[in-house]
This record gives sequence, structure tokens and C-alpha cells, in this order.
Amino acid sequence: MYTKLFKLFSLQKMIHSLFLINCSGDIFLEKHWKSVVSQSVCDYFFEAQEKAADVENVPPVISTPHHYLISIYRDKLFFVSVIQTEVPPLFVIEFLHRVADTFQDYFGECSEAAIKDNVVIVYELLEEMLDNGFPLATESNILKELIKPPTILRSVVNSITGSSNVGDTLPTGQLSNIPWRRAGVKYTNNEAYFDVVEEIDAIIDKSGSTVFAEIQGVIDACIKLSGMPDLSLSFMNPRLLDDVSFHPCIRFKRWESERVLSFIPPDGNFRLISYRVSSQNLVAIPVYVKHCISFKENSSCGRFDITIGPKQNMGKTIEGITVTVHMPKVVLNMNLTPTQGSYTFDPVTKVLTWDVGKITPQKLPSLKGLVNLQSGAPKPEENPSLNIQFKIQQLAISGLKVNRLDMYGEKYKPFKGVKYVTKAGKFQVRT
Amino acid sequence: MSSNSFAYSEQSGGGEATELGQEATSTISPSGAFGLFSSDLKKNEDLKQMLESNKDSAKLDAMKRIVGMIAKGKNASELFPAVVKNVASKNIEIKKLVYVYLVRYAEEQQDLALLSISTFQRALKDPNQLIRASALRVLSSIRVPIIVPIMMLAIKEASADLSPYVRKNAAHAIQKLYSLDPEQKEMLIEVIEKLLKDKSTLVAGSVVMAFEEVCPDRIDLIHKNYRKLCNLLVDVEEWGQVVIIHMLTRYARTQFVSPWKEEDGLEDDEKNFYDSDDDQKEKTDKRKKSYTMDPDHRLLIRNTKPLLQSRNAAVVMAVAQLYWHISPKSEVGIISKSLVRLLRSNREVQYIVLQNIATMSIQRKGMFEPYLKSFYVRSTDPTMIKTLKLEILTNLANEANISTLLREFQTYVKSQDKEFAAATIQTIGRCATNISEVTDTCLNGLVCLLSNRDEIVVAESVVVIKKLLQMQPAQHGEIIKHMAKLLDSITVPVARASILWLIGENCERVPKIAPDVLRKMAKGFTSEDDLVKLQILNLGAKLYLTNSKQTKLLTQYILNLGKYDQNYDIRDRTRFIRQLIVPNEKSGALSKYAKKIFLAQKPAPLLESPFKDRDHFQLGTLSHTLNTKATGYLELSNWPEVAPDPSVRNVEVIELAKEWTPAGKAKKENPAKKFYSESEEEEDSSDSSSDSDSESGSASGEQEEEGDSSDDSSEDSSSEHKSDSESASEVGNKRTAKRNSKSKRKRDSEDGENENEKSKTSDSSNADSSSIEESSSDSESESESESESESRKVTKVSTPVFVPVKTHVLLHRMSGKGLAAHYFFPRQPCIFGDKMVSVQITLNNTTDRKIENIHIGGKRLPVGMQMHVFNTIESLEPEGSITVSMGIDFCDSTQTASFQLCTKDDCFNVNIQPPVGELLLPVAMSEKDFKKEQGMLTGMNETSTVIIAAPQNFTPSVILQKVVNVANVGVVPSGQDHIHRFAAKTVHSGSLMLVTVELKEGSTAQLIINTEKTVIGSVLLRELKPVLSQG
Repeated sequence: MYTKLFKLFSLQKMIHSLFLINCSGDIFLEKHWKSVVSQSVCDYFFEAQEKAADVENVPPVISTPHHYLISIYRDKLFFVSVIQTEVPPLFVIEFLHRVADTFQDYFGECSEAAIKDNVVIVYELLEEMLDNGFPLATESNILKELIKPPTILRSVVNSITGSSNVGDTLPTGQLSNIPWRRAGVKYTNNEAYFDVVEEIDAIIDKSGSTVFAEIQGVIDACIKLSGMPDLSLSFMNPRLLDDVSFHPCIRFKRWESERVLSFIPPDGNFRLISYRVSSQNLVAIPVYVKHCISFKENSSCGRFDITIGPKQNMGKTIEGITVTVHMPKVVLNMNLTPTQGSYTFDPVTKVLTWDVGKITPQKLPSLKGLVNLQSGAPKPEENPSLNIQFKIQQLAISGLKVNRLDMYGEKYKPFKGVKYVTKAGKFQVRT
Repeated sequence: MSSNSFAYSEQSGGGEATELGQEATSTISPSGAFGLFSSDLKKNEDLKQMLESNKDSAKLDAMKRIVGMIAKGKNASELFPAVVKNVASKNIEIKKLVYVYLVRYAEEQQDLALLSISTFQRALKDPNQLIRASALRVLSSIRVPIIVPIMMLAIKEASADLSPYVRKNAAHAIQKLYSLDPEQKEMLIEVIEKLLKDKSTLVAGSVVMAFEEVCPDRIDLIHKNYRKLCNLLVDVEEWGQVVIIHMLTRYARTQFVSPWKEEDGLEDDEKNFYDSDDDQKEKTDKRKKSYTMDPDHRLLIRNTKPLLQSRNAAVVMAVAQLYWHISPKSEVGIISKSLVRLLRSNREVQYIVLQNIATMSIQRKGMFEPYLKSFYVRSTDPTMIKTLKLEILTNLANEANISTLLREFQTYVKSQDKEFAAATIQTIGRCATNISEVTDTCLNGLVCLLSNRDEIVVAESVVVIKKLLQMQPAQHGEIIKHMAKLLDSITVPVARASILWLIGENCERVPKIAPDVLRKMAKGFTSEDDLVKLQILNLGAKLYLTNSKQTKLLTQYILNLGKYDQNYDIRDRTRFIRQLIVPNEKSGALSKYAKKIFLAQKPAPLLESPFKDRDHFQLGTLSHTLNTKATGYLELSNWPEVAPDPSVRNVEVIELAKEWTPAGKAKKENPAKKFYSESEEEEDSSDSSSDSDSESGSASGEQEEEGDSSDDSSEDSSSEHKSDSESASEVGNKRTAKRNSKSKRKRDSEDGENENEKSKTSDSSNADSSSIEESSSDSESESESESESESRKVTKVSTPVFVPVKTHVLLHRMSGKGLAAHYFFPRQPCIFGDKMVSVQITLNNTTDRKIENIHIGGKRLPVGMQMHVFNTIESLEPEGSITVSMGIDFCDSTQTASFQLCTKDDCFNVNIQPPVGELLLPVAMSEKDFKKEQGMLTGMNETSTVIIAAPQNFTPSVILQKVVNVANVGVVPSGQDHIHRFAAKTVHSGSLMLVTVELKEGSTAQLIINTEKTVIGSVLLRELKPVLSQG
């Protein structure tokens, strides 16, 4: 009797087709995993795109009479997949991003030109990544065994010898219990590098007090180790990590019980973990901004004055500062003088970008000047918020420290390195 | 240019192109067009020629161009005959591209496609598993109905293939065949049933996928595999995880009773854990009134938890929805952290996750309240994200946080994104209605917004204020006056209409203003929007009824205007109102009630979340996102009233006995916290073990692995094999983790769940050869019962603390003529007899031919020693390996067991000498019992020594690790930091072996061993001393 509770129909067929569409609305690549779906299905997508005005606002899931379109927007391209039946939308979204990541990985960029230049490899990749609409091989290590990424040297060699990009070795990774690592890795210099990158997400209000601040971090690894190394990475203060997500190679239980990252790494670059620092810890905000932005009533100009200074920077230099401001629509032009760096204002998008560079505490960088407004228009209701980017080398703002890295399973001594960087994430100052 | 010309000819096909070309010449300027099309023709011929050439490079070039055409969506079907010839090409890349082409066009060119079938049929028999797999993949992708029988046959064969990779592809092929020919359903279900039993993690995701597509209603197929799937889940690839979790969610909703009924029944659960272990199953029926979660239900919830940490958003979401739909309400909370984490991801993921959070936050505010600030809006967010965040913030608003929220909303209202500002105003309105404390504050704030420069903001405010005022109309005359003034400036129709309605509704409260407003409106009636016109009519009617002296003429004027309006709605309304309010000879009975009709008390509108009605869709589904039922959406069923028979999930193999003793005196005194630190220590031990250790451990792990699928791997090339074995330490470690976590879970789990634990273990490490698992399970229960009968209180065998397996060489491959044998002590009670130590032997065939008839020959054992040999192994494939277990009763001595390991052709003398630590079985006992037993074993039975070592070697974890590395002892929870106690019993006689390490001042420690078996005791002391003192 319980079987009745399961409905009798279901044709779960995951991803049916994929269309790649560029900014100007050209479909420049299509791939079908089952019978062909006409390009005209994309018209529904274009319709939605038109309605959305902004590319960012195109709904990721669109329902059409016979299909569902799930799309992502990456690097000025839309990846539109055609779905016929119920499927978890995140499943498709995550997969499409994985496809885009793979293109990025193979061609160095995920752009229309790169995809068009390498259309055969793209097709081969898509063929391997999805079988009948169900993901098959998505690990870059496996894919690289199956299909070699293009390099200039190889394409020259290939054209002379007539050999191919398709690996003739068999993808053993797919068969093993560690599908993320390819077999037979050999290096003369064995190296393992870890980048601890922390980003501060913050909203600072008008008065300079913190509305919301949080530290998000990732550890990216670049592992070039021969054989089958088994690594374990431990931290001085693992309790700082509140919420962690792992690359599949990490043994979850080891983390659970001893807070040690134990894993057999994939070969090459990959993201080991991403984490959030527990919210109880107060977040040190490394910069402060003094701002004075005002638009005069019934006048066609306004004042703009911002100064950036260091604060709680742990004795490190803050560098790579850029300030981006989306000015209100009524702003026509800006006439500013920076004490340091250079600025640009795009009158079309109304985006002001100030490339500041380093902060020297002796002379704080500032940007002052006049704003030209459209005459007659009412003055803007709200001052624009400032989006700030910065970078602090050699510092993990949460205080996270790698304790040690041990390697088992291989005899050689690897070269190990850890680098810390703190960056601004979504760092916004409301004015 | 070339590609353009291409396109033309391809679309029209070769023959036509010529004609078209000729036609074109007549119309378009002759020279250009002709040139274009002729070159075009040549290109096509060119491609055909290239495909027919002898050179692979030319063929490859042609194929690449053809694939380029397919990618652009151009028709390349006319090249089919030329392409299909190359299907058997030696060059892998050409072959692959031909496959791409075939899959794309086979449907259109069915007859020609048949030419290629034989190639695939041949490839299906290839010795290389990858070639078999890819042949099956392409064959099943060719959508040609004629080959259905061939496909069916191929799938059947592949589903029995030794390689799990081929079986995985078979599972994929099932779906393809089903969509090609649904008639095959019954046969396919048979294959699915078979594949569901598969223990490989590679296959699990794919076959569940096939199940979901072909026969999601055949829930009975899942029963037997349920526990296995739960246990495999962590190791399945991420896409498979999503599918399995969704399927298991549906399964759980049909098979278990609701855990939601008794929210406060938690304490009961805890009690149940202790007294209802063995016979829980029988008891469940009797104790209907107190809810006990089915252990299988618990298993699913527990095993999915680690996946919340996945990097794949789809997996995290899948687990989240599983928790939401099937776990007890008290446990759902853990998913919020992970979902909030996903908000850092790209906008598409954010969009879906926020939608789901929105639905959840309506029902359960508490879950996301701690993360309130994570939903704060940034000016750079896309509007769709902003509105969703706003929605969640509204749902989370309560008395405590509303003031913070309102401050935040103030910023949003000023946003340059006006759509968002308007949404914020609506939000404020909703907060005001939901939380009565702030209604006035909100109202005042909204009134301030009325003087905003932006019209959209003002309009939205008006609409919201209207709704708010409707709820408590009495005391807001001032606001209404203020709004009446706005009519002069505001142009947005909705807002104007709202103001008019408000004035009409409250016309008696603003007797001076209302008629004036009507006058103004009458003046501009014709230029108003329809919406506004209707409200003007309404206002007129209301005033006519309440204040006819001043407004009678005005109203009639408006009614006249309305009568000739272009919009029929307005003409309709006019006619209707006139009939009702203006007394004339024909006026019916209704006009008496006109006042009641127009000025009735109207119920205030409810401001509700747009996500309110989404909760009937399963979270995380497409249907939920779209808020309509998508094709193929499978409804989550309601919980059954009475749980269906849980025994259907019992697997027929002999189940592994409880590893933990049921009655829990020791357990109770051993709080979960304590255990946690212990498990850490355990893990430490495996971590810091020397290189060689972990390597050997890995080797053995691998062989266990292979034991299961030995026949599969025999096919692999040697390089694969190597990689496997190197990787196996990973497997071993994973298993460690599993074991540890398992025992930990047992401690802190709240409900009796032994039932499933039994089978769980046997499944969980499915890689282990099942025979071993069975065996150990059996003996465990035996030894347990025995020990229980001996002395109920103390000598209960507990789970061994896990240490990396130390493998010893039994037979080197050089001396074994290619047959290598290793042994290790799995530290499990032995199946073959309770006095035996279990030993696992891994046999490897390093030769390139089969080794047949491996068995144990002559035994030369010391007196009293007994040995249970393994069954003869018929044959061992080249590169194959197999793990077998045997039992040896060493009589509590470290004497050597010598015997012969024989193959068909040879006999090799080998021997096993047990380390003293392996002659023990760990015992769980409390500190009190330990002291009591120790008190009885003093004098002659006590040996002790002093150890000197650096202080860092005396940390609890280091000591634990070192001791358990040497001996299979159980940890006794200690109340004193400086004393560490371990308990075990000897396997043969069951005598207690108590080890105490007492830390003293100045980096010394005393090691004491109390046992009746003084010989073993002193040997153990000798072995422990150097280990503990060395750095």
C-alpha cells in the first residue's frame, strides 16, 4: 500500500541542452545531450532578460510552456540550460558553474573568444562532463587526464605530428576511490603551497560604526607532489573556524574529532576549504573612511570629499586600495583632485573609481572636489555608498595560523609554504 | 566568411545548394554570389574528401570543423555517411569526435547509424573497462528504436560487469533506454534491482538516478538497500549524493512515523536508550504512546549531517531539505549555519537559497534569527536578491530586533534602487501590522516618507499607510488630512486611488476636507487614470450618502461624466452607483441599504508574505522555486500513521553485533564530553604514527578493499593498481573516522538505536569483505554473552581504540614465487572461537598468471594452540588480492604459530608470532570497578616500573596513543588528570589486565600492571616502558 504513495510518473532527465549566449544575445554554442531542442526556446530567456533591464536581475529559473530554463551569468556570458522535468535547481546551477570553472581552468578565461577558439575541446569536455544529462566527470584532475588542456607548444606539436589533445591514457582516477587525484603524478621539485585568504565583509554606517562585519576565508592550495601523498594540516587555533566547507578530499571525521585537515590532495590548484570565522569574535576593521558628500539644494553642484586612514592594521601596510562609488543618476560629471593615486569617473555608468594604492600614515590619501549635477533635477535623496577594496599581505585578520603540515605516504621531503592575505570582501561604507 | 557560406549549404543540403546557388545568381549580383556559393560547395566536398583521406590529421581536421558546425547549431547531417565510416578509427580523438557526431545525428539517419552498431558491440567485449564503458555510453545514446534489443542485452551484460565503472555506465544507460522505449520498463527494473544491491560508491548515485526515473514508485526495491545507501552516502560523488538524498527523503516520509508529534518527548528518548536496546523492536509496538525514532530514520539523519559541509551547494541544500522534512524539529537548527554560508556564493545560488530560507523562516523564525545580519542588504546586490533578503528580514522581525531592523530599513528606503525602496516600504508596513508595539513608529516613519522627493516612494507609502490606517482608523485624522494635500502633487494612480478611498472611508472624520477633495477631483476627472476614476466615483457616492447637502450636485456631475466614459468598467460602476444612491421612481429596495453597502465596516487586509503558500512544495525543488508544480514533481507524502514494518530493511546477512555493551553503567559515568576528547586522542594516534606505519596500514586497507572487488581489479592495468594501493591509506583513514564517529555517536545519541547499528557496521565499510565483517560480528556477540555470564559487571568487551593497522609480512613475494602474504590483527573478537585471536591475511598475486588453490597445509603448533584456517581460495587473478580471516588460539602466550601456506604447486613455511598486546581484548569498565579489581590484584600480580620522559610525552593524548598502539586495551575514564587507566582481558582465559600510568613530579611516571597472568603482564610492561619513555 505504501508504494501507492509514490506517484507513477517521473521522467527525470536533468540537463537536456545547453546554450551559451553572449552579451549581445547571440547564441554562439549549443550542445544537446538528448534529442535536439530548438534554439527558439531561448526566446523566453531573451524576453526575461529584456524585462530584467540589468543582467544581474535575470531570474535564474524561468518557466516556459514545455521546458524550464535554468541559467547562470558568468564573465559576461549566459549559460542557459534546458530542463524538462523537476530537478533541484541548485543541482543545475552548481553544475553550470562547474562547467564555467572548467573552461576557466582550461583556457585561462571563460570568454566567448576562448570558447569559440577551442570549440572542439569545449565539446569534448561537455561530452565527458555530462552523460544523458547527468554529471559524469566534473573533477578537473580527471578531465585533464581525458582531455589535455591546450597550450601553445602542444598545438604546434600537434599540428606537426598529428597527435591529439585527447589523452590516450585511461582516466584511472575515475575508477579509484580518490576520484579527484590523477595517478602517476611526478615532479622533480615537490612543493605544497597554501594561501590563506581572508575577506572582511562589512557594512559601516554613516557615523563609522560597524553595522555588520564578518570574516570569510578560504585556503587555496597549490600542490605539486609526486605519488600519493597523504597530508595533514593543523592549525594553532582551529576553534576560530566556525563553519567550514570542504573539498571532497578532506576526511570529515578527522576534522570533526581533532580539527585537523587530513587529505590526499588533488594535483594542482584547488580550494581546500572555505570557512567563516565565528561571529562572536569581534572583527578588526583595518581602515576608516572620513567622508563628506553633499549636494546643494537647487544648485547644480555638490561637494565630494573622502579620506581614508588606517585603523587596527596590526602593523602591516594596507595596499591595493580602490574605492568604487556608484554615483546617483543626476550626477553629470566630477571634478576631483586626489592627493594620491588616480581616479576615473564614467559618466555613462556613473561609477567613480579611485585607485589609491598604499596608505602611508604620515599623509592620508584623500579625494576632494566638486560634483556637477544635472541642473533642474531634484537633488539625490541619498548619498552613495562607498565600496572599498584593499589588501594586507602577511596577515590573516582573524588570527588564524597554520601550525604544521605533515606528509605521510611518500618518502621525499616536500617544500612547504603558507601565505596569508587579508582582503576586503563586500566592504561597504554607507554615507 | 567561410563559415557563413558553410552555413548556407549545410542548411539546405548539398544538392539543393546547387540549385539555390543558381537561383541566387539570377537575383543577386552575379559575380559575388556565384563565387560565394561555388566555394561553398567545394568546401563541403572538401570535408568529405578529407574524411575519406588516409591521413588521420586530415580526418581530424575535418571532424573538428564538423563539430564546430554542430556547436553553432548548423546542420551537418549530410556528412553522415562520410563520418560514420570513421567510427572504427584507431585515433582516439577522431573516434571521440565521431561519437559526438553520431549521438547528435543518429536519430535523423537511423539506417546509416546501424552501420556503426557492430563496432560498439565489439567494443563492449573489450578487455579494457574504459573502452567497454564508453562503447556502452555511445551505444545507448544513439536514439534508434531498432537497436533496443541490442541495448537491452548490452545493459544486462554490463550490469554484471566486474568493473564498477562499467556498471555505473550501465545505470546511466538504463535511463536512456527507458526514454527511448518505455515498454522495456519491467526488464529495466530487474536490472535496477540488481544494481541497487551494488556496493560500489561509483554505482550508487547513478542507479538511484535510474530508479528515480524509471520506477520511483517501486519503493520496495529500496528497503533492503536503505541502510547500505545511508552508509555509502558520504563516499558517493557529489551529484549522486543529491539524488540519493532526495530519494531517501521521500522514502523516509513513507516508512517512518512523524518525529514531530512529541516535541517534548526528548527525555523519554534518552531513557529508552538505556533500557530498550536489545528488544527495542518488539517493544515499539507496545509503547506507542511515547515516540521512539526508528533507528533507520536516525541513521539517515545522522549520516547526512557531515554533508552539510560539502562545497557543493546542491548537496548542502539537499541535506537541508532532508532535515527540514524528516528530522525532529529540535534538530533542524543545524542547517541554518550552512545555508547562510551559501549566501557567499554567486547570485544564482543566493537566489535559490534565499527563496528556501524565506519559506523556512515563515514557519520557524528562531532558526535564522542569529544570522539576522547576514541578510542585510548591500547596495551592490541585484534587486532580486535584495527583495528576497528583505522578505526574510520581515519574517525574522520580532519585538526584540524590530528597532534595529527599522533603522536598517531607513537606509534601504533611501536606496537609489527605487523598486527596492518600494519593497522596503511594504516591508515596514508588514512589520507594523505584525508587531503592534511599533505600529505607531512605523506609521510616523511612513508619513515622513510622504514628503519624499521620489514619487514611487511616496506612492508606495500611501498605499501602505492606507492599509495600516484601515486597521486602526480612529485616531489618525491628521494623517488623512496630510494625505489629502498630497493629491495636489502626487501622480501615481495607485497612490491617488488609495488616498481617495481613505478619504471616502473616513469622510465623516474629515468633514471639511472631503467635499473639497471631491470638488478638485471632479475638475480633473476626465484626465485621471481608470483606477482613480473608480475611486472618485466611490468617494462621491459615500459623500452623497453622508453629506448630501454639500456634495449632491458634485456627485451628479461626476456620475454624468462617468456615464460617458470610454471605459466600460467605469460606465458600469456609474450606472450601478446611480441606481443605488440617487432616489428616483424606479429605485428598488436596495437603495434603502445604500449607506450600509457603501460604508460597511471593511476588514483590514492581511499583509502576508508571498512565500506563505510555498511550503507545500518540497524545499530545494524546481517546483518550490517556481511555486507551481513542475512536470515530474513527486509529492512528498505525509507521514504514515503507523510505521510500516521496519524489518523489511533488515538485510539477510548475519548482522554485526553491537560493538558497545548495552547496559551502561560505565557509559553513564562517561559523559559525552569526555569521550569527545578521547576520540581526539585516538585520532591523534593514527595521525602521528610513523611513515612506515601509515604505509603499511594503507596497504592492508587496500587489500581489504580489494577483497571485495578482487575480481574487478584483476582487469586493471598495473599502474592503476599501484595508484589504488597508494591511495588506500585514505580508505583506511576514512574508516577510522567512521568507526570513531560511530562509537561517539552511540554515546551521545539520544535514543535506542542498536538495531541498526548492527547492520550499519557491516554495510558502512562495505569495502571490507563481507565475510570478515560477518565473522567478527558473530564472535563479538558470543564473547560478549560469555563474558557477561562470567562476571556481569566488569569484563565487557568494548570497542577497540582504533590504531593504524600494523601489517606484518607473512610471506614475501620473492620467497613466495610471486605470492605475497601479509597479516594483521584487526583487534576484533574472533568469529571462529571465543578464545581465538582473529588474524587477517591478505594475499596478493604479483605474478602475471593465476595462482590457484591457495590453502593452509601442515601446521606445527605448540601444545594447546589451535588454529582455524581459512577456506581454500580457488584462484587468485594476476594483480588480484584477497583478504581472508582466520583465528588462532595462542593460549595467552607469545609462542609462534607455524604453518604452511600452500598453492597448487608450492608450499611455503610461514609463521605468526603475536605481539603481546594483540592477545588482549579491550574491556569497558568504570573507574570504580577498575579500582576494585585493581585492589584484588596486588602483590605478586602487580608489576610496576618508573618511566622518565619529557613532559610533552605525558599529555593524555600521547599516552593514550602510545599505549593503544602497543596493546589492544580499552580506556577507563579517569577522574584524575594525572592517572590514566586502561583495561583489557586476555583472549584465551579472560583474565583481567589492568594498566595504570600515573604521572609524577619531574617528568617521571609510574607504570603499573595488575594481572593474574604475570608472564604476559611483565612482557607487556617491558614493551610499554621503552615506548612510553622514548621521545
